[in-house]
Amino acid sequence: MKNEWPLWEIFIRSKSGLSHKHVGSLHATDAEMALENARDLYTRRNEGVSLWVVESKHITASDPNDSDPLFEPAKDKIYRHPTFYNVPDEVTHM
Amino acid sequence: MTSLNLEALFQSKIDEETKIEPKDWMPDAYRKTLIRQISQHAHSEIVGMLPEGNWITRAPSLRRKLILLAKVQDEAGHGLYLYSAAETLGANRDDLVQQLLSGKAKYSSIFNYPTLNWADIGAIGWLVDGAAIMNQVMLTRTSYGPYARAMVRICKEESFHQRQGYEIMIAMAKGSPEQKAMAQDAINRWWWPSLMMFGPKDAESSHSDQALKWKIKRKTNDELRQQFVDVTVPQAEYLGLTVPDPDLRWNEEKGSYDFGEIDWEEFWSVVKGNGPCNKQRLQARNKAYEDGAWVREAASAHAAKKEQRKLEPQLATKAA
Repeated sequence: MKNEWPLWEIFIRSKSGLSHKHVGSLHATDAEMALENARDLYTRRNEGVSLWVVESKHITASDPNDSDPLFEPAKDKIYRHPTFYNVPDEVTHM
Repeated sequence: MTSLNLEALFQSKIDEETKIEPKDWMPDAYRKTLIRQISQHAHSEIVGMLPEGNWITRAPSLRRKLILLAKVQDEAGHGLYLYSAAETLGANRDDLVQQLLSGKAKYSSIFNYPTLNWADIGAIGWLVDGAAIMNQVMLTRTSYGPYARAMVRICKEESFHQRQGYEIMIAMAKGSPEQKAMAQDAINRWWWPSLMMFGPKDAESSHSDQALKWKIKRKTNDELRQQFVDVTVPQAEYLGLTVPDPDLRWNEEKGSYDFGEIDWEEFWSVVKGNGPCNKQRLQARNKAYEDGAWVREAASAHAAKKEQRKLEPQLATKAA
């Protein structure tokens, strides 16, 4: 069918102080309807205090096939982690 | 990588309990099996609204009416979570809906049985949702990420469904002799169809082995059915009611119940479309879809108009 409503990805902030988190998707004609539908579909039990809706086509995702080369540069840089460094026992608050 | 290597890599991820996510490579058959299973599950939630929706206007109190409304709304929500999980596999929502409306797609046969009176609403919540929960709790650990996440949401909500059903059963079982008889009659009619919800026996289940290997399922039909009988029979005893199975008895040795044989002829007959309500359910879905056509069109037209209005000031500036 040609008239399918666009797909929207839904993100919920569960309470103030936490980030929005992806919960699923739904179809809606526009952003306003997506918000209303997201309210009914994903927050029937006080799951959130804020909603984001993003049309799915606007999300660019990395390719899982490229995840090795993509994330590889971080793997051998263990000096970025605090555990890489030896701190003498006598030294505290570090 | 050759497809053989890809398949081996895929299986090793499954074996080490790494979830498969939408853009990961997966065998075509895994994708197809999941689309079929998830969409059938979604259809079941949607059709499942019909037998209960039938009683919203006739609920015996405002409290019961509010609860039933909320439950039926949840079923719609569950259908939508699942359709959206199926879409992450590349399925198209309208195609899936069309497959339901044309009768090509299957949904759970349990919804092809009629709800004759209020006790049936209790029996459905307790037995039918109870049986569904057995399956759905297992599916929260299924290997496909979006399906597993949808199931976690669904399971949280289903627990309310089962409890409200059991509460109705308690009220009727402790009520007048007539009410108690209605509750017993509802169990008599819903017990066997509930056991059928777990599907054919393991020996005759065509998809089972592969689904277990891929960890789409983690328990067989017969294991889940046994688990359901074991937890449900004591709940019936608490109500002072019985399940309609003369062969049911506790087996001390295996620590679970032995129970009678399902009428498989009835099972297959309902699956093939000859249950008491198959035609009625499909007609109701088709009618709802056709009656809603003008709403869908109007909403699309309204959205297009709003979009146009947003663009018009810009066009005006450009022209000037």
